[in-house]
Amino acid sequence: MSTLLELSGVSVSFDGFKAINNLSFQIGEPELRAIIGPNGAGKTTFMDIVTGKTKPDEGRIVFGEKNISLIGMSESKIAREGVGRKFQKPTVFEAQTVRENLAMALKNPRGPFEVLFYRKTKEGAERIEALAEQIGLTEELTRVAGELSHGQKQWLEIGMLLAQEPRLLLVDEPAAGMTPAEREKTTSMLVEAAKTRAVVVVEHDMEFVRRLNCKVTVLHEGSVLAEGSLDHVTQNPEVIEVYLGR
Amino acid sequence: MQRSFLAQNPSVMWFLAALGLFTVVVTLLAEGTGTALISTSFVKTLGKVLCLCLIAIAMDVVWGYCGILSLGHFAFFGIGGYSVGMWLMYARTEAIVETSMASSVIPPTSAEVQDAIAAQIFGVVGASEFPMIWMFSHSLVLQLLMVVLVPGLLALVFGWLAFRSRVTGVYLSILTQAMTLALALYLLQNDSGLRGNNGLSGLQNIPGFDDVPQSTISMVFFWASAAALGAGYVLFARVLSGKMGSVIRAVRDDEVRVRFLGYHVESYKLFVFTLTAIVAGIAGALYYPQAGIINPTEVAPIASIYLAVWVAIGGRGRLYGSVIGAAFVSLLASWFTGGGAPNINLGVYEILWTEWWLVLLGASFVAVTLFFPGGIGSLFDRLKGDAK
Repeated sequence: MSTLLELSGVSVSFDGFKAINNLSFQIGEPELRAIIGPNGAGKTTFMDIVTGKTKPDEGRIVFGEKNISLIGMSESKIAREGVGRKFQKPTVFEAQTVRENLAMALKNPRGPFEVLFYRKTKEGAERIEALAEQIGLTEELTRVAGELSHGQKQWLEIGMLLAQEPRLLLVDEPAAGMTPAEREKTTSMLVEAAKTRAVVVVEHDMEFVRRLNCKVTVLHEGSVLAEGSLDHVTQNPEVIEVYLGR
Repeated sequence: MQRSFLAQNPSVMWFLAALGLFTVVVTLLAEGTGTALISTSFVKTLGKVLCLCLIAIAMDVVWGYCGILSLGHFAFFGIGGYSVGMWLMYARTEAIVETSMASSVIPPTSAEVQDAIAAQIFGVVGASEFPMIWMFSHSLVLQLLMVVLVPGLLALVFGWLAFRSRVTGVYLSILTQAMTLALALYLLQNDSGLRGNNGLSGLQNIPGFDDVPQSTISMVFFWASAAALGAGYVLFARVLSGKMGSVIRAVRDDEVRVRFLGYHVESYKLFVFTLTAIVAGIAGALYYPQAGIINPTEVAPIASIYLAVWVAIGGRGRLYGSVIGAAFVSLLASWFTGGGAPNINLGVYEILWTEWWLVLLGASFVAVTLFFPGGIGSLFDRLKGDAK
């Protein structure tokens, strides 16, 4: 397992508030990692920084074998480098069909003229079928995404992320608002995806994290408080203090 | 596995068929080519309406599909008109000057001819020399190139600056209004080189075709406008089909998400903005020879707002909807303001439609937005729904 993403000494503050404070973090490929932490620990800001939405004040972020720096790259460029992001709220294009949503996400050239003269291919169609199978939406391919249930939208979004073929997948609270059965299915999708790539799951729900059965990083006040197995970190007195002490 | 583009998009076929039928009917009834049931001036009105429909579909693409509420597309329309108008005025004045000088004893030098043309054209603003921007006005080809290049470049530069800074929503709309206002104010100056508030006139006289009656010229422009509308419709339907259309609509609905999919949203917006600006320029170049005159009020901010109103009433997000909206509202406007509608005398107050028409238009815009967001075009969806 080689290191795919490395953050070192990253800090960012908003109006004097240090959302991320000298954060260092590494993830390998393939790996499944959960990030937990109380509200305001900097979980979402961490994702914003990696995906280019927020520019860090200081620190280094390097990605891939060539150690390219992600700082200063546009969001779309970072996405093309192989970083996929799933938002907390399911964000699919509701006015378009499941197939159109997946087709847009398929790994293909992204320039306007390449897209304008893009021709549908047999491989593309097969890839969409395979993805739909994987996320359990084969029957829904021609339906408009807005008609899907909450859980189905979440899966469609995961399917779109897989279609991008990212090397690093950042997932923000995938289990929020799901039924127990839907959670189980989501867990297996994420575990499956993490066999071939790096997956970072940000989650509040300890039960869900336990099911992922992976290394856990605890964030607190913008930096890493503890790292290790879930049992290990939950026995850490500092972690207990942070979660229960107030 | 690829079916032809038209077979995949039956609405494009329907539109082309309807446009073709309309063109044939008008041709058969027109003064110049048929039974003279339709007067030449009304043929010109219809031809102008077709040009307005063309800029309306451009507006629909940029606003209804890509979500950029541009309130400045009439600036591009006006630039197209001015570009072709410069050649029309130059060439016609040249012909007049040459005729009047032909009788003089000593043949005039080309410098004298130039001076005489300049004096003719710019006398109204107290100038007698050709400004820089007229340097290509002697050449039809170059001026036609300007019809495409100037709106395209302006849109490219303006769009690049605005989209790069991620100006969106109402702020972008205000910026586009500022752009068209700036253009109007520039054109209003006498020393801008485009005859200030006099604008360019006599554009209905096509140089070299002085013997051809207006009834025939009006038909040629009518056909050209219909062809341009048909071509524009097919072009935009093609751009909006398939994956490109998917991405453009996705930018409208959630541009942040599109960015994280790896698409450079700004490039897509710039592409749509520039392409629609070019089409708007072409529409303007066909419109003003039929109108006969262009002046700075044509690119006043209100013109672009009317454009948005047409598209909203016709139904944005549907190409045919914007055509219906532009045709319906602009024909209605010429009926009301042209004295077609009888004024209503209430005894104490008389409703003059030339003034009250705008109130009616404003009220119907509000009503459509509140109660009927799909516009007139959505009626077709209901018909289709019933047929199933």
